Order: sequence, then C-alpha cells, then structure tokens
Amino acid sequence: MSDDATGSATAERGLQGHDQSVASFDDGGGSALKALQRFLHEYPTAVPFIVLVIGVLIFSIAAGGRFFAPFNLSLVLQQVTIIAFLGIAQTLVILTAGIDLSVGAMMVLSSIVMGRLTVTYGVPVELSFALGLLTGLVCGLINGVLVAVIKLPPFIVTLGTWSVYGAMVIYVSHSETVRAQDIEAAGPLLQWLGHTIRLGGGAVLTYGAIAMILMALIIWYVLNRTAFGRHVYATGDDDEAARLAGINTRGVYIAVYTLAGFICSVAAWALIGRIGAASPLGNQTANLDAITAVVIGGTSLFGGRGSLVGTLFGALIVGVFRNGLALAGVDSLWQEFTVGILIILAVTIDQWIRKISA
Amino acid sequence: MGKWNILKAAVAGLAFYGAMATASYAADIVGLITKTEGNPFFVKMREGAQAKAKELGLDLRTFAGKFDGDNDSQVAAIENLISAGAKGFAIVPSDSSAIVPTIKKARDAGLLVIVLDTPLDPIDAADATFATDNFKAGELIGEWAKGTLGDKAKSAKIAFLDLATNQPSVDYLRDHGFMKGFGIEFKDLKHYGDETDPRVCGHEMTGGAEDGGRTAMETLLQKCPDVNVMYTINEPAAAGGYQALKAAGKDDGSVLVVSIDGGCPGVKNVAAGVIGATSQQYPLKMAAMAMEAIEKFAKTGEKPKPTPGKQFFDTGATLITDKPVKGVESIDSKKGLELCWG
Repeated sequence: MSDDATGSATAERGLQGHDQSVASFDDGGGSALKALQRFLHEYPTAVPFIVLVIGVLIFSIAAGGRFFAPFNLSLVLQQVTIIAFLGIAQTLVILTAGIDLSVGAMMVLSSIVMGRLTVTYGVPVELSFALGLLTGLVCGLINGVLVAVIKLPPFIVTLGTWSVYGAMVIYVSHSETVRAQDIEAAGPLLQWLGHTIRLGGGAVLTYGAIAMILMALIIWYVLNRTAFGRHVYATGDDDEAARLAGINTRGVYIAVYTLAGFICSVAAWALIGRIGAASPLGNQTANLDAITAVVIGGTSLFGGRGSLVGTLFGALIVGVFRNGLALAGVDSLWQEFTVGILIILAVTIDQWIRKISA
Repeated sequence: MGKWNILKAAVAGLAFYGAMATASYAADIVGLITKTEGNPFFVKMREGAQAKAKELGLDLRTFAGKFDGDNDSQVAAIENLISAGAKGFAIVPSDSSAIVPTIKKARDAGLLVIVLDTPLDPIDAADATFATDNFKAGELIGEWAKGTLGDKAKSAKIAFLDLATNQPSVDYLRDHGFMKGFGIEFKDLKHYGDETDPRVCGHEMTGGAEDGGRTAMETLLQKCPDVNVMYTINEPAAAGGYQALKAAGKDDGSVLVVSIDGGCPGVKNVAAGVIGATSQQYPLKMAAMAMEAIEKFAKTGEKPKPTPGKQFFDTGATLITDKPVKGVESIDSKKGLELCWG
C-alpha cells in the first residue's frame, strides 16, 4: 500500500513540466476546417445548399445570361418536379433504413391506369383518377406488408415489385401510349397539374411544381412535428431500440411504404401534366434518379438521419448541373459523368461529417 | 403382383404421353428476340411473327431484353435457342456490336440468323438483315423539311432530339439521314454532334420517350429560342417535344416537327398537326418475312438475299404528311393510318 503511494508520488513527479490538464472532450477549437465540420454536423442540409449555390454561380458564368434567367431557373424546377416527387417518397423509405426501387414503376403504372381507364374505357375521369391514386397506394401497401410482415429485405422486395409493377404497366397499357390530345378531350382533369402561373421576369411555375412543394411541406410537417414522424426517425436509427421503447415499428414500415406508393401516384398525376400523355415508355431510371436526389441531399442510406429539404436540394442540384452543362454546350455523356461525381462527393462529405460523432 | 401391373401401366402411359409430346413438338423451333416488351414497335413485331409462325406451323419462342441496350438478356436468349435446337431466329439487337460473338456462335451451330430493324456492326455478321433503311427514312423527312421551308431553310435553326448517349446505329443513321436530306454536312457517319453548320442548335437525348423528349426540347429551346425545326428520333419523343413547344407558346406551326416510325399514335399526331411529317416503317412485315425465310431455310437450306445494291433487304419506308412537298413522294395520314402499327 505504501509502495503504491510512493509509486504514484514518483509518477506525479515525473509529470512535472508536462501537460497536467484533466482528460476532457475536445472543444474542437482551432482549425477552420474543424469549425466547418461542426457546423455541417449541426446543419447537414447546408451541404447540398452550398453545392446548389456553387452550381448556380458556375453556370451563371459558364453558360452566360441564358442560365441565370428567371425563366430558365423556373424551367429547372419544372424539370426536376417528377424526380423530386419520387425523392420525397424515397426519403421516407430511406429514413427507415430501407430502399424503394419500385417508385418509378408505381408512378408509371398509376399514370397508365388514370389515362387508359379514362380514354380507352370511357370511365368518368374523376373515378379513374381516384383509381389511379388507389393503384399507387395498393402497390405501396404490398411493398410495406412484404417488408414488415414477411420481413424480407426492402432491397429484394422492391427489386421484385419493380419487375412486377413494370410488367403490369405493359399488361395494362398494351404497350400503347394514351395520346395527349385524347386525354385533353376525355379527361382534362388529368392534365390539370400541367397548367402554369406566370410570375414576374418570365418565370413560369407549373401547378405540378407547386403541388410538389406542397407535398414536401406536408411530409416535412409530418416528419418533424408529429409523433409518427419521430417514430420514423427512431425506427430508422435502431428499430430494435424503437420497438422496445414501445413504437409499433411494423406499423411504421407499412405506413411509410404505403405513403411512398401514394406519393408516387400523385407524381403520376404531375407526370401526365408534364408530358400530356400517359406513356409506358420512359422513366426507366426514375427510381435511381430519386435515390440520387436523396443521397446528394445528404440523407443517410443507413437510416435515421436526413431531411426532406436536403432531398429537394439534391434534386435541384442534378437539374441545375444537367441544364447548365447542356446550355454550356457540353455533350450529354459529360452530364452523366458529372452526376456520378456529385453522388460520390455527397457521400464523402456525409462520411466526413459523421466522423465528428465517432 | 397387382402393384407391379399398375406400375407397368403407369410407365407405359408415361412413355406414350412422352411420345405424344414429342410428336406435337416436332415442329421446327424458331425464335424472335426483341429489344424490350414495352415498345409497341416490338409488340407489333411479335404479333406479326406469331401470326406467321402459326400459319407455317412453326414453334415460335419469343424473348425480349429488360430495357433498350440490355445485351445480356439477348445473349441468354440466343444460348437458350441454340440448346433448344432451333432452326434459326430473328433478332433486333440491343447492342449492334456486343451481340456479334454470340451470333457467330449460333451460326456456327447451324442456325439461320436474321437481324431485324437495327443492322449489326459489321452488317455481314448475320445471315441476312431485314430492315428499314434508317438513313433513307431520315433523308425523307430532311428533304420534306427543306422543301417546306423553301428559302428559309438556309437560315433554319434545328433542334435534334436523339436517342441515347451511346449513339446506336439507328440513332446516327436517322440523324445523319435527316442532315443529308436537309443539306447539312456531317463529319463521321457513326458519330453526330461535331457538325460545324450553324443551323444545328444542338443534340439532346430523349431515350425515345415522351418525358425525355419534353426535357430535351426545353433545354434546346433555352439554348436557341429561335428554333424552327425539331428533328425527333421517334414519335413518342416528338410528342414530348411538342409539349415543350406548347409550353413555350410555339405550337402555332412556327416550328416544323419531323419524326420517324409510323406508329398509329404518331400518324394520328400527323393528322392533328402535331407532327409535320414522319417516315413510316413496317415492323409486322419484317417479322413475318423473317419467319418465312427461316422456314424456307429449314426445308431447303436456302438463305434470303439482300435488296440489289444494298447490304440488307429493305422493307421500305414511306413518308407520311398532309402537307406534301413537290419532289418528295408521300402519302397522307389517312392512308398512313391504314398501314400503321399500333
């Protein structure tokens, strides 16, 4: 015992002239880089926002006045509306650490149901519109039940339903496009989201873009201001802990996938507004584009972290780069290239920000 | 003993059933491989082949890729046909060069390979090619646009709504065919986008669909607000591009829209004035002719011959427009509707 005391006294003496401060949390002071990392950790949405601002600045210089014109900027918003819609649905799912590969197929299927019932089968447009919305809802519900009740991995479930819903698109549409002119005659309601409002300076807002922003606001409110929203985050962060805390995680999964399906069917309405027609072609990579928007927007693929606002910025970033590069006369292959770089960059920054908590 | 008899009877029954099954499947196996299930062009092709195969008593197996450009699924389909002992097959290649080694494998195994619509690269890698002359189809609409504009053709501004970044043969042939017809010089037949003619506003990709068509045309309208000709790879892309024109208030006929395909929705759009002119192709005819050729090959060993002066059998393209131009042969949309394909 006395030996110990002597030993520690010796050790104390050995410390003389060295740093004697008690172990503490790093207050991080010092480098500006650290301060930035802390700031971004607190406000992760700032990353996509900064990238968006930089993108706009670059193309304002590189593509001249054509890019930074009110009309062109509003055009970018129009062009990203569909992907942003799907991105909202995808954000919900990814927040629960899931993924939904079937969002594009659910959207196209809903649009075909709306268009074909109205034009080909003469169903009153209000009814076929409701059935179209129901289609997305049911497709989402199927995904949710397979994930939550049968407990299959979301990637596998939606990989499967992506094929299934894709096949249904061909079956229901007979691979035929419902022409814009026919929809206009039989059910103008379906093209309603294609109407526009002209703002000052030449900017044009489509009803579809406004609907997308409204949808984002509603879902933002649900995620951030309701118990259900907190349950979504909690389930995504650690679903076992959430379950033990009394959250009905099975219900959360089913609700999230069903809601995602429903949002896709509203996206289908906006899609008909945009292209006028109900077409089985196209939107082949819409599911991946939606995931791209979510990832660039800073939402973590591991669940529990991320925001809807980030997703909107993510979708806008892709739109700004594609539009800007095209206006600057850059070949389309470099547009693809740039989007790829952006994804990797976004995830790199996300990983860097996370290190602060590690 | 009783048990043994039942077993014998069962075996005999099975053998009989087997013999029956063999007899009913003795028909020659032929295949049809298309790019995707989603495109009506290929759906019509399959219908044409099915009707003809039934008439000739052939056992038709059909396959399709998952998306345009899906080479792997087509390779697997060919391998399946070889192992099934097919006499031959018709294929619309998704990737006109990557599929060539697999086609060679099939030909080495004694199958007759007929390529439809999109020629292989090189074209003689197949036994025969039944196709529309895509270059000629482009030339027709190019000539029509030039004739319609008259003197204004010299100061035209043209938006090109193309197919895909990898520029498959159908894409560059139609695009450059249009340029030839309109009088624009291009450098390399197999690559578009490097023309120096100031009348070319730019090339944007559509994926051959409405959504891509709209976005592409919006972008090109931003680049050149004075566009007055819109070339499109196909009619869905044209319909999407037209929505962009409409949104910009340019759907008053101030922009000429030309396209290629001749599908029924496309021809209806010609009648409605959305599309000025389109070159019509005949997928049903292509597929039906291919079935006949394979049947003939199975019976006599004779292979089909190309159209004199060309490397392939030309199934023809017809210009459809309701505003004919002198010196460019065409039919009207009413006649076009009778011939359209879905």
